Amino acid sequence: MADLSVLVGGRAGDGINSAGLLVSHLFNRMGYSTYMYFDYPSLIKGGHNFTITRAADHPVGGLRERCDIILALNQDSIDLHRDLMDDTTVVIYDSNRAAAEGQGVPVQDILKEEQAPGVMGNSCIIGAFCGAAGIPFGVLEEVLRRQIPKGLEKNLVIARRGFDAVKPGPTLEPGKNEPLPLLSGNEAIGIGLLQGGLEAFVAYPMTPTSNLLHFLAGVAEEYPLTVVHPENEIAVILMAQGLAYAGKKAAVGTSGGGFCLMTESFSMAGMNEVPVVVVMGQRTGPSTGLPTYTGQTDLHFMLHAGQGEFPRLVVAPGDNAQACTWSSLALSLAWKCQVPAIILVDKTLCEGITPLGEEAHSVPVSGASPPVSEEGPYHRYAITDTGISPMRSPPVPGSVVKVNSYVHDEAGISTERADMTRLMTEKRLRKAATLRQETDALNPVMVHGTRDAATALLCWGSTLPVCREVAGDRSFRVVQTVVLSPFPAEALRDALSGVKKLVAVEENATGQLQMLCARYGIITDAAIRKYDGRPFTVDELARRLAEVT
Amino acid sequence: MAEQTLITGAQNTWCPGCGNFTIQFALRNAIQELVDGGVPRETLVLVTGIGCHAKMADYLNINSFYSIHGRTIPVATGIKLANPDLTVLCCAGDGDVYAEGLDHLVFAAKRNSDITVIVHNNRVYGLTTGQYTPTSPLGFRGRSTPSGTVEEPFNPLALMLTSGAGFIARGTSRKMPQLQGLILAGLKHGGFAFIDVLQICASYFNVSALYDRQGYELSGHDPADFGAACRKAEEWNYNSDSPIPFGLFYRKEKPVFEQQFPHRMVPAEERKEAIRKILDSKR
Repeated sequence: MADLSVLVGGRAGDGINSAGLLVSHLFNRMGYSTYMYFDYPSLIKGGHNFTITRAADHPVGGLRERCDIILALNQDSIDLHRDLMDDTTVVIYDSNRAAAEGQGVPVQDILKEEQAPGVMGNSCIIGAFCGAAGIPFGVLEEVLRRQIPKGLEKNLVIARRGFDAVKPGPTLEPGKNEPLPLLSGNEAIGIGLLQGGLEAFVAYPMTPTSNLLHFLAGVAEEYPLTVVHPENEIAVILMAQGLAYAGKKAAVGTSGGGFCLMTESFSMAGMNEVPVVVVMGQRTGPSTGLPTYTGQTDLHFMLHAGQGEFPRLVVAPGDNAQACTWSSLALSLAWKCQVPAIILVDKTLCEGITPLGEEAHSVPVSGASPPVSEEGPYHRYAITDTGISPMRSPPVPGSVVKVNSYVHDEAGISTERADMTRLMTEKRLRKAATLRQETDALNPVMVHGTRDAATALLCWGSTLPVCREVAGDRSFRVVQTVVLSPFPAEALRDALSGVKKLVAVEENATGQLQMLCARYGIITDAAIRKYDGRPFTVDELARRLAEVT
Repeated sequence: MAEQTLITGAQNTWCPGCGNFTIQFALRNAIQELVDGGVPRETLVLVTGIGCHAKMADYLNINSFYSIHGRTIPVATGIKLANPDLTVLCCAGDGDVYAEGLDHLVFAAKRNSDITVIVHNNRVYGLTTGQYTPTSPLGFRGRSTPSGTVEEPFNPLALMLTSGAGFIARGTSRKMPQLQGLILAGLKHGGFAFIDVLQICASYFNVSALYDRQGYELSGHDPADFGAACRKAEEWNYNSDSPIPFGLFYRKEKPVFEQQFPHRMVPAEERKEAIRKILDSKR
């Protein structure tokens, strides 16, 4: 089984992310499945950045604890990653900037000789990588042509110099896959939202969802899409509310700190029934924490944010394909049921890059809100059996559309009456039941691995791929709660049928999913938790699983 | 008859003598003039915050978004972005827009969002029973400052001038015809329009005598002259006993924020094709 890991390291500002992405594209063109992880500190220039691309003949979504090839643009890329090297690791390095055992390439000298700018150093080291990894130069040429059409001829010359500077490795056997689009989780979410009919996106930059803002802003003009970056997260969610009230499907993106600012308006969305979708990328907390690292610590915050009681949709996709699908679904469901919705992801998912297959963006259509009756005056909050009132946007000739954050009557006029307060609360309860029917029909809990195994890993969010891989090696079952609100307790009990030992895997310190399950009488037997800002590697999870199973 | 249809049947709960009644009638009349001039009534949208002023959402029979405290302006901008054919106005309080949501006011002026903001500036928190606001005079004795405030008020007109607002006016609930004219002009202005309305609070800060004694209508002032507007704005600092000018201080046409965005709906087929294209570029 082919399974290769390639690290690209250098200083922030060296374009390490792009170089890593080129490595992924090379394996993608060669017919392999790929996963790329990007690790960077919170600074702009200097520091140490690295990517690890893992390529295999089977789908992968997590990292191993060793690398086959290290591409080092500086000394740190060698010194800081000794733990990932063994006797067979090939180190290819810029011999003008680093010293190591391995294959040195005088990248800076080559750039000087070819009178090429510093950014082309990446092409040189990537050329050397292809030579050493046995990837034909023609494949590199095609990847560069597609990914860096600007300055192509020069880049090809530089890449060739790198390619010829190393000892050629044995030819890499091509894999079986057709090349697929490679997308980050943020981009997969963006595609899913567009697929679901997104018309406007509003966000204030915050890692790890800034790149969702960048991606949608980049396609906005051509698509066309309204993308706004206002003064703060309070304005962000309020603009989305205004857009939605006036008939545009809108979503926002943020992280925990930004969502704190949004919670008052999130509660308003629960009351005024103007839908909104929040893409919530978790990072290491509390507070500013580790801005560019990961965590799964905001689940309970998402379930309870906002004063008062109101139905909400919270979904936590586990990989980029699910992120695409569920972003589309979350948008449709938020509008159909007129509830606030959260797509709960994290740094690992948002910035991890994988191929996105066709199935990810062929999403079932969940339908529209109830039709508007032409009889009588329009009432925005008409009482119905489903709890969902027909939604209209101004202008409605002859009628007014009134939405309200106060307790209101059917017409949207404020009231303090006890009977109307009770009726409207019950309307929201019925809406919650309707939302549950919708999510129950959509596989809210997914089972992976050996479906009848007596030992199961219980997970949510971005730990899915690593859990899937580790469970595969042990023939265990993996049970993943995709929908977290309304909590699919019935579906979870079904998914756990026959399980004798249940191990919760979470990237937080207190076991948030475990606690949530316990509320429904679903008890876990062991817990594996990680809270250092880094995602589980396959090896670490396997080791820690062996301790409890 | 036409006037009646602009008022809902909701029970009015403002105090007797409240300045909000004047603003309500001035606003209703201005809206009626707009409608008579051919603006369809269903294209008007009112956004309110929280406070006595905000009950306007219940009382005026037009589209409304009754928002939360301090948060009218971004909602209004969102509505205008979604549909530029709508006429969007905010009724906000001084606590609302000068304290809790000041950031939004500055940014709406900066980006020239095509909305009209009417500030019911009674210089006191009414609904929470009498605390000082950003425009209460120095030494104001309220329930949170029983010995008097120790901070000076700020001058919202000066703030709007430096923030880039293209329509800056001050009216008062003591002079309804002028106020009505200012509101109508604000609604017709293409771009951000700001109207500070000095309104008396019958229960907690009734300074009718001050506004009647010190107030005067601007005349011979050129609203295109930024320097003159600044000088007029500084004439009264919300604290002193100086003369208080009412009228249009400044007006300038500028590119409108919402017009810089696409407003075409993407048909489903076209959407699919666009997504396909994006994905191909990532292959």
